[in-house]
Amino acid sequence: MTDGASNDAFVEFERVQKSYDGETLVVKDLNLSMPKGEFLTMLGPSGSGKTTCLMMLAGFETATHGDIRLGGISINNIPPHKRGIGMVFQNYALFPHMTIAENLAFPLEVRKLGKAEREEKVKRALDMVEMGDFGGRRPAQLSGGQQQRVALARALVFEPELVLMDEPLGALDKQLREKMQFEITYLAHQLGITTVYVTHDQTEALTMSDRVAVFDDGRIQQLAPPDKLYETPENSFVAQFIGENNTLEGVVKEIKGNTCVIELDGGEVIDAVPVNVSKVGERTRVSIRPERVEYNRDRLHEDAHTLKAEVLEFIYMGDIFRTRLRVAGNDEFVIKTRNAPDQVRLKRGQQIEIGWLAEDCRALDA
Amino acid sequence: MLIAPLLLFVVVTFIVPILSMLFRSVENDIVPDTIPGVVTELAEWDGSAGLPPSEQVFRYLYLDLFKASEAKQHTRLGTRLNYEKTGLSSLLRTTGRSLDDVGEEWQDPLEDIDANFKDGAFWYQMMSGTDGEDLLEERRDLWAAMVGESMAGDVGFVPSEQVAQMLPWTTRAYTDFAIWTAIEDEDSVAEEDPWEAVYGALGMDLTNPETVTAIQSYTGPGADALKAAAANVGQLPQTGFREAFAAENEDWLSPDVWATIKLYSSSMTSGYFLNAVDMQLTPDGIEQKPENQQIYTQLFMRTLVMALIITASCVVLGYPVAWLLANLPMRTASILMILVLLPFWTSLLVRTSAWKVLLQQQGVINEILVWLGFVNDADRLILMNNATGTIIAMTHILLPFMILPLYSVMKTIQPSYLRAAKSLGATNWTAFWRVYFPQSVPGIGAGSILVFILAIGYYITPEIVGGTSGVFISNRIAYHISSSLNWGLAAALGSILLVVVLGLYWCYDKIVGIDNVKLGG
Repeated sequence: MTDGASNDAFVEFERVQKSYDGETLVVKDLNLSMPKGEFLTMLGPSGSGKTTCLMMLAGFETATHGDIRLGGISINNIPPHKRGIGMVFQNYALFPHMTIAENLAFPLEVRKLGKAEREEKVKRALDMVEMGDFGGRRPAQLSGGQQQRVALARALVFEPELVLMDEPLGALDKQLREKMQFEITYLAHQLGITTVYVTHDQTEALTMSDRVAVFDDGRIQQLAPPDKLYETPENSFVAQFIGENNTLEGVVKEIKGNTCVIELDGGEVIDAVPVNVSKVGERTRVSIRPERVEYNRDRLHEDAHTLKAEVLEFIYMGDIFRTRLRVAGNDEFVIKTRNAPDQVRLKRGQQIEIGWLAEDCRALDA
Repeated sequence: MLIAPLLLFVVVTFIVPILSMLFRSVENDIVPDTIPGVVTELAEWDGSAGLPPSEQVFRYLYLDLFKASEAKQHTRLGTRLNYEKTGLSSLLRTTGRSLDDVGEEWQDPLEDIDANFKDGAFWYQMMSGTDGEDLLEERRDLWAAMVGESMAGDVGFVPSEQVAQMLPWTTRAYTDFAIWTAIEDEDSVAEEDPWEAVYGALGMDLTNPETVTAIQSYTGPGADALKAAAANVGQLPQTGFREAFAAENEDWLSPDVWATIKLYSSSMTSGYFLNAVDMQLTPDGIEQKPENQQIYTQLFMRTLVMALIITASCVVLGYPVAWLLANLPMRTASILMILVLLPFWTSLLVRTSAWKVLLQQQGVINEILVWLGFVNDADRLILMNNATGTIIAMTHILLPFMILPLYSVMKTIQPSYLRAAKSLGATNWTAFWRVYFPQSVPGIGAGSILVFILAIGYYITPEIVGGTSGVFISNRIAYHISSSLNWGLAAALGSILLVVVLGLYWCYDKIVGIDNVKLGG
């Protein structure tokens, strides 16, 4: 994570706090810095403060404490309509009494653009989202996906430098959602727009973003590109929240440089990478991704650490096998293995040996 | 099936009264039912010649009116005709009192000619006979129509067909007497002395030479007395009934009186409706009433204009309140909502009377204004007993009907619309005017329709604070229902009000579209 005050920062949050009732902080000490053109996603469970952050940036909520800057200028006291930030709302908020074209012309009208220029821009924006033929319709006559595209076009039509999206795909079905995820990312990169995207769907966050900020309890738990986030979570909340994860609990026995020794609660001893454990005797949760665990002896790495396991469930999922095991007293230990021609298929009740590399095994906070 | 009781209830308590009211506004049964003979006979009279109708008409008038006064129906007829021509009520009332005297002019000489005419039993014997059942039923139906009862029952008398041929007037009069005596008075017909009208009717018959001839060859009961009467016709009054009526009141010779009776002799009339729009039906056709009698068109216009002003004031005052209700936090909004609903839980009369206390010249508002020095003590504002008072009090009373539909529509407008507008660059005012307000228009429509329709038919409040210049058409309707008892006119005014409201509703549908009216989500 880079220093918040870097010079090329376009959007900056500096020690921002927000409280609605004056007692509990919804956002605690937020520091964030975004360069121009970045696609940043705020990811987190409901109530984690991510939407509040977005609303503060848009100007609909004021920060109780701290400074928000846009292009180097503090915007704390600028009303929303002067910020020039495009926004896509969760329910699209298309004005029901106007046609699609009127909806798109609205931001241009309030900016006092001429009629010809307005029409030109509206047409271009509608074509951009492949809705060119729908200008004369009302929002209620469009499907959810179409409304979504129009909302996007409306947020972009006045060419803002920053676009905010508040769970814009929440109401769409899975297939459409995936299609729109791709289109939004494509458009954002194409137009070079800086985007702040709020979602609680981690797949969406991972597939779309340049960087993801994982929120919990009013703080950013980790801010990193998707691959880093997935592979090297910095605490057990991030490890649990992003992707599927196996945890084993235990106590730190020894720390030496880049490895540490953990004694699991079941008595087994394993090696792991110490991420945020600092001293011997501390309790820890060890995180291992399901696809990093192997049970096929032929494929096991020679340095792999092995443990005994009992098969509780074996699910054939086509491209992969998903197996639930009992490992070191944990009944919810899941592994995923690729469906390769030489892969062994397991049976329930079978006693096997599983293994992984110590570097895939991260010792996190308890 | 489950809505059947409700449907029935609505039909019985709502649709039927409305239809009955609509019907009452054109109904004119009183005249043809009370004086059916006159109505039939008048059809041949031509009023344009400026002459009173023939003797024949007066004969029918005498018999019909005699019946009517026995049944005390002649005053009702007078009241009805008085709506159209003043003076007819008293004419009929005074004439009704002297009908007995007219009959006695014939009764006395007839009793002198033959003492048998004094005897009720003699009359009964003479008039009774066979084959007269049809005549009896015919007269019974006429009675029933006049008094509005069935008049069913045993009369104990059947007219003689033979006597009826010979003495048509007498038989009709005696049969009427017999039915009334038996059914209404519940007496025995044979023991009662006949009405004076029966003697008058015999007098009418005796003026007919054919009757006199027929009496010569008549041998049935009472033949001697009839022959004696026929032989001494000279002792009976030589004048007719026209002269008899004219002697009671000169007005009976006035062609105007008869023209009015003839105009309103059909069982349906447009008279009430014409009255309701300040017109009148005259023998020359429909024409405007004199300037100083025109009140209803002006009253209708005032009602419409004031209802519009009240509706507009309700929109202006109600919109911000509804906006607050829809946008304040729940807790504050519920307190505000209670304040809005509080007037609903207070009696209408109490609220209006409270306004009386506030608005009068020595009232709270004036006192405060004088105390603050805004108004001179000498010229305090006249806020009551005029249109101002009505508008102020009714705006207050109808305000909840505007706020509630507005509120329920505003509640459905999500705050994200305003936020979206602002994020797109709209100022607070533009966001409100271009985005919020258009979406709240259905609520304004619903509230306005509600308030306007309630206002246009309002009655209690204008009555109490409206004085003379602040009353509505409904106050006039109420007056005709309960004081002047001119229900036909009240019904016509009510029908016009109904049509006006429906017409305005139709216009609203055409201009705004009724789909654009929402009472809620």
